[in-house]
Amino acid sequence: MDYTFHWRPVTKAIPDLLDAALLTLEAATLSMVIGIVLGMGLALLRLHGNRPLYIFATVWIEIARNTPALLQLFFFGFGLGAFGWHLSPFLIVLCGLSFNNAGYLAENFRGGFQAIPDTQIKAARCLGLTATQTYLRIVIPQVFRLVYHPMTNQLVWAVLMSSLGMLVGFRELSGETQFLASNTFRLFEFFLATAIIYYLLVKVVLGTSHLLSRKLFRY
Amino acid sequence: MIELKNVEKKFGDLRVLKGIDLSVKRGEVISIIGASGSGKSTMLYCINALEQIQGGQIVVDGIDVHDKSTNLNELRRHIGMVFQQWNSFPHLTVLENVALAPRLVLGKSKEEARHIAEKQLKHVGLGDKLDVYPTRMSGGQQQRLAIARALAMEPDYMLFDEVTSALDPELVGEVLDTLRLLSDDGMTMIVVTHEISFARDVSDRVAFFHQGVIEEIGPAQQLINDPQKARTQQFLSKVR
Repeated sequence: MDYTFHWRPVTKAIPDLLDAALLTLEAATLSMVIGIVLGMGLALLRLHGNRPLYIFATVWIEIARNTPALLQLFFFGFGLGAFGWHLSPFLIVLCGLSFNNAGYLAENFRGGFQAIPDTQIKAARCLGLTATQTYLRIVIPQVFRLVYHPMTNQLVWAVLMSSLGMLVGFRELSGETQFLASNTFRLFEFFLATAIIYYLLVKVVLGTSHLLSRKLFRY
Repeated sequence: MIELKNVEKKFGDLRVLKGIDLSVKRGEVISIIGASGSGKSTMLYCINALEQIQGGQIVVDGIDVHDKSTNLNELRRHIGMVFQQWNSFPHLTVLENVALAPRLVLGKSKEEARHIAEKQLKHVGLGDKLDVYPTRMSGGQQQRLAIARALAMEPDYMLFDEVTSALDPELVGEVLDTLRLLSDDGMTMIVVTHEISFARDVSDRVAFFHQGVIEEIGPAQQLINDPQKARTQQFLSKVR
């Protein structure tokens, strides 16, 4: 054990690391927004879609949940690339994460939709609300509360999973760390610092989510 | 006027309504009594097309409810309904529960909708609960909220589906009092109920359902106090 720590390169690089952390947060959040919209759609297709649409949604969800996220990312990178469709590293990560998020969230949403009593829908329709109004004003707000915490988990998962971006050349927090570490040969120091930044990032996400939930759900 | 003509309703092979004829005039209060499973509630669900019918016809103010071209959202504006389970919307405050449909369906402004909601909530004695969430209220209060919510649409008819059956005994009175209030206001009501004395005192007519048919129908006092059919007598002697 004669490893000597050199922290100077790390402290010098902190602004770069924080910039990269922002990029991580950006990719994760954006993939979450897209994932929520797509996941909601997939859940509705599984609940109400005709047979082809049901199968489409089921295949998506099965692949997203039962194959490694890394392979899903590779599909959007090397997979599409093989057909001459080259996405930027950011887009590869965004597509991969959104695909994965949508699959997981779809099942959460489906559970949420099924947990809303049928009588809520009947009561709304009796008041003359259309089916769309009933979904937008009565069902979905209640589903959001039910799936809020699973959704937060998924966002944390997306933040951490975005580290796979370094394998497709995306300079988010992990990619940037690898770049800096191999330039300075201070691998241990850099990845330790990055681990701490990830930890704090997740804590910020969880804290924000908690505060937001108190504001959103007062019932 | 609500008219049911030879209405048939089946769930699979099970015939739940076997040719129901009934007409309810404006301003009339009619109570439906009978054992569970006799088709009382199903009939209500057919009147505003929450359930389809397999035969016969239901006409509300000249509109054939089950005709394919009927705009059900438009029709349902005129028919309020309150359920056994009150179904308050838990994510909305008491005021928002009531103001929602006037805004979305009747196109009222936020101010107007609020005004309507306040008026109806005061009417049912919930004027001090406007900003409370329904889950914090008792069953009786939530049921009165459901009534106010239906009334805010200014319906021509009100359907009540065993609205006191899920309530604790001490809360039944306040809901029945609210129904009395509506009856005094001249509201046309069809009330499916197990409250025999309420049916006798408040309704104009009472219908006794037995296995999907109207076994006996007549003026409230007469049907409850002096039933003619053996089955009606049997039922009333059991519930009293």
